[in-house]
Amino acid sequence: MLLIVLVIANQIALKAFDTPNDDGSSITLEWKTDSKFQFYEIFRAPNLSDEFQKICKLDGGASTYVDAQVQSGVQYYYVVKGLGSDGDTPSETAGPVSGAAQIFNLGRINIAICIIILFAAIIYYITRARRGEKLFVRKIPGIAAMEEAIGRATEMGKPVLYVPGIMDIDEPETIASMSILGRVAEKTAEYGTPLYVPTSKAMVMSMAQQVVKEAAIRVGRPDWFNIDNVNYLTDDQFGYVSAVDGIMVREKPATNFYLGKFYAESLILAETGFSTGAIQIAGTALPDQLPFFVAACDYTLIGEELYAASAYLSQEPVQLGSLKGQDVGKLIFVVVVILGVLDRLIGVDIIWQLFSTN
Amino acid sequence: MKQTLPLIIVFGFGFFVIVAFFIPLRGFQDASQTFETWYTGVIAFFVFVGIFNIVKVNVNKIQRRLRDWQYSIMLLFFLVLMMTAGFVGGPDGGLFDYLFEHMQIPLGATMFSLLAFFVASAAFRAFRARTPEATLLLIAAVLVMIGRVPVGYYVWHGFPDLVEWIMNVPNTAAKRGILFGADLGLISMALRVLLGIERSYMGGGRE
Repeated sequence: MLLIVLVIANQIALKAFDTPNDDGSSITLEWKTDSKFQFYEIFRAPNLSDEFQKICKLDGGASTYVDAQVQSGVQYYYVVKGLGSDGDTPSETAGPVSGAAQIFNLGRINIAICIIILFAAIIYYITRARRGEKLFVRKIPGIAAMEEAIGRATEMGKPVLYVPGIMDIDEPETIASMSILGRVAEKTAEYGTPLYVPTSKAMVMSMAQQVVKEAAIRVGRPDWFNIDNVNYLTDDQFGYVSAVDGIMVREKPATNFYLGKFYAESLILAETGFSTGAIQIAGTALPDQLPFFVAACDYTLIGEELYAASAYLSQEPVQLGSLKGQDVGKLIFVVVVILGVLDRLIGVDIIWQLFSTN
Repeated sequence: MKQTLPLIIVFGFGFFVIVAFFIPLRGFQDASQTFETWYTGVIAFFVFVGIFNIVKVNVNKIQRRLRDWQYSIMLLFFLVLMMTAGFVGGPDGGLFDYLFEHMQIPLGATMFSLLAFFVASAAFRAFRARTPEATLLLIAAVLVMIGRVPVGYYVWHGFPDLVEWIMNVPNTAAKRGILFGADLGLISMALRVLLGIERSYMGGGRE
């Protein structure tokens, strides 16, 4: 009797349960790790009467395992065996346990609430704008300077260069850049100023051609659009940079726009543009590249300003309403961040846990 | 219809992907992954669109004897050479590999190396102490530069720790602030695109 009690006391306490917030295709195992074991082996069987099959071997420090090779709704039994220098120690059998699909990922409910709050704030202000209410949106110097910069190029009789970043159209910065390009193209077409849009991705080129063409038609200048000015250069990062630098040095554009996603090429482009004497407006959401643009360009759209630029340039009440809603949403989140900091300092941790994504 | 159909597609697929983020059911996840696969397929097709555009623009330049048209001959020559070398000899070994290793990589490295000089020239302008903000930037930059080189440690043992603090606390706080704002801006833009308020990315048009 005493021997049996000792064996049970030495066993690894194993807990097996359905992995929360998944499609029912996994079961999680948890046990208390013990330094006397160098390895753990995991065994699984669909019935207690069946032979347990080894499904994996883990290092001694492991205390959890997610078995992602199970069928939803089917029951399984598990045993974990600790392998040590003193011999092997099996756990008690855990089970039966089965995976069940969850309809909603409760681990992400806080994200859903944040998005709903932001969407609600934006839709509220859009509705107010639709009713004809005049909304105040703070001035963004970089965006306000765009028209002036295009006007400068027109007066100097030089072209405008628009660089939409080096990433493809699946990047949000590139989509934002295409939206701004539409506004820039409207102005350049209106003034009859040549616009060069060299791209490093063929899909971006295709989209940019359509955006520039439609903009020219919108302002009644379809003859202004030259498809060869919106062209593809190369996917290679530095090949693209050298080609764009070549355009800057040869054509000497009076205005350069760098709006999109940039990496190491940001400073090479901006410094070359600076050396040609162009007025430069840049914008990106990557904090690592912003200092380069700030140092080398006349105006820089920082983070959110890049996404706001198209709406701001349009001056359409509905679009401005969305900006107002975004600002209000930001205010709400700033208050939450301050409360979160206080919450952590005091040690209450309510907001901390509320916004945890684990 | 020309505007309505793309708007319906954008709304349908965009909304579905958002919903799929919160619903772990297999059908939703599989469909979401399938859409990504479609995108990859479309990307592959656009390689040909890109090549076609390069050829068209440069042939046009040569035919019309536009400025620097001679470079277009070089470009087309190497385009054909690389493609032929790749198709005939394969991507590993042979002429294709030789051209890539001995031309493409050194040329790219040359452009990248320019960055060192541009950092120096940009820093020279940025660090001029003309305003209180620029002075603060200058002080922080000098401290970080001293703290990041071995001699800084010998000048004062606390320099490396001070640099770590500057990078981990004020620098990280500022970066996170920018990211925070950018993400909110992104959500706002996504909503404008999904609802069809922002249409200039598809050639324009107002609501």
